[in-house]
Amino acid sequence: MKICDFSAGFTKRPLVALDSAQRGQVSMKAPEFHLASTPDQKVALSDFLGRPVVLVFYPADWSPVCSDQLSLYTELHEEFATYDAEVMGISVDGIWSHLAFAHERKYHLPLLSDFEPKGATAKAYGVYRETDGFSERALFVIDREGIIRWRYVSPVGVNPGADGILRALEALPAKATNS
Amino acid sequence: MSQDEEARLSVPVTKSDHSSGGDAARVTLLEYGDYQCPFCGQAYPLVKAIQRQMGSSLRFVFRNFPLTNAHPFAEAAAEAAEAAASQGRFWEMHDLLYENQANLGPQLLVEAASSLKLDAKLFLGDLKARKYKERVRRDFMGGVRSGVNGTPGFFVNDVRFDGSWASGELAETLAALARD
Repeated sequence: MKICDFSAGFTKRPLVALDSAQRGQVSMKAPEFHLASTPDQKVALSDFLGRPVVLVFYPADWSPVCSDQLSLYTELHEEFATYDAEVMGISVDGIWSHLAFAHERKYHLPLLSDFEPKGATAKAYGVYRETDGFSERALFVIDREGIIRWRYVSPVGVNPGADGILRALEALPAKATNS
Repeated sequence: MSQDEEARLSVPVTKSDHSSGGDAARVTLLEYGDYQCPFCGQAYPLVKAIQRQMGSSLRFVFRNFPLTNAHPFAEAAAEAAEAAASQGRFWEMHDLLYENQANLGPQLLVEAASSLKLDAKLFLGDLKARKYKERVRRDFMGGVRSGVNGTPGFFVNDVRFDGSWASGELAETLAALARD
């Protein structure tokens, strides 16, 4: 038993097949989204143009692995801040579940609700599991211009850690200095 | 799997690490642990049993990986173990903290310091001054960089162990390496 064993209940199927162009380093425009971050606020990806963005797709609030994963990212708040990066979680859960979940676990990162139309953002990023009705456990690092520079899809029951995110952020070009 | 094909320890074991068992052992088990994590508490007696069984053929190394928002007392406990280490009693404190995990709190630290006959003034002063905060953070970040994705995070000879530690698989893996 390990804290991140959480495969029961998920459809057994191979990971989304990623061709080599999709795995790891990529270079494509990140799909825009408008998702609720609170009951009366929406967040758009384009709000963050000029800053790196890390999108953390996860299957569901309250599941043991997700919790551990988001705890780790909360713990790394200062490191992400050194890259000026905005880190956001996304799942198909409703905003009220997100609020209770973040409050209970003391997460310091926004959780966006991909609730209606259900999973639309996950689908746009190619990480929706149709048979399960929730997303893959997937990470995207998006640069200051809104281009996806790195992606990773983890087995759904395995916490992907943070090493790849930090390396991808380090690999982004430094912020252009505008005079 | 981490975001690497194979997650490897990015910070080699050095003299500044807390290490127990044979320094020349062919097998090193390294744990990234959190004193307040219940799974680490469950792993503690299993690691002890492996150490007893393997004796000097195993070197065991412990590094701090406190998830402080999930476990509000984990950081203080980690710094306390480092403070005890500065008085030569790291493993005794490490063991006391896990053996009394259910009672983890400021009172336990004071009692542990007293039962280990630490210089109480120095110990409490170190804790108050957060003297080992950076050391603990350094351990933590080294773990993050090595692909630690949960606690306890085990590495066997520098490679992350992704199997089950509770089922005997870890013990078997270590024993097989010692036999090779």
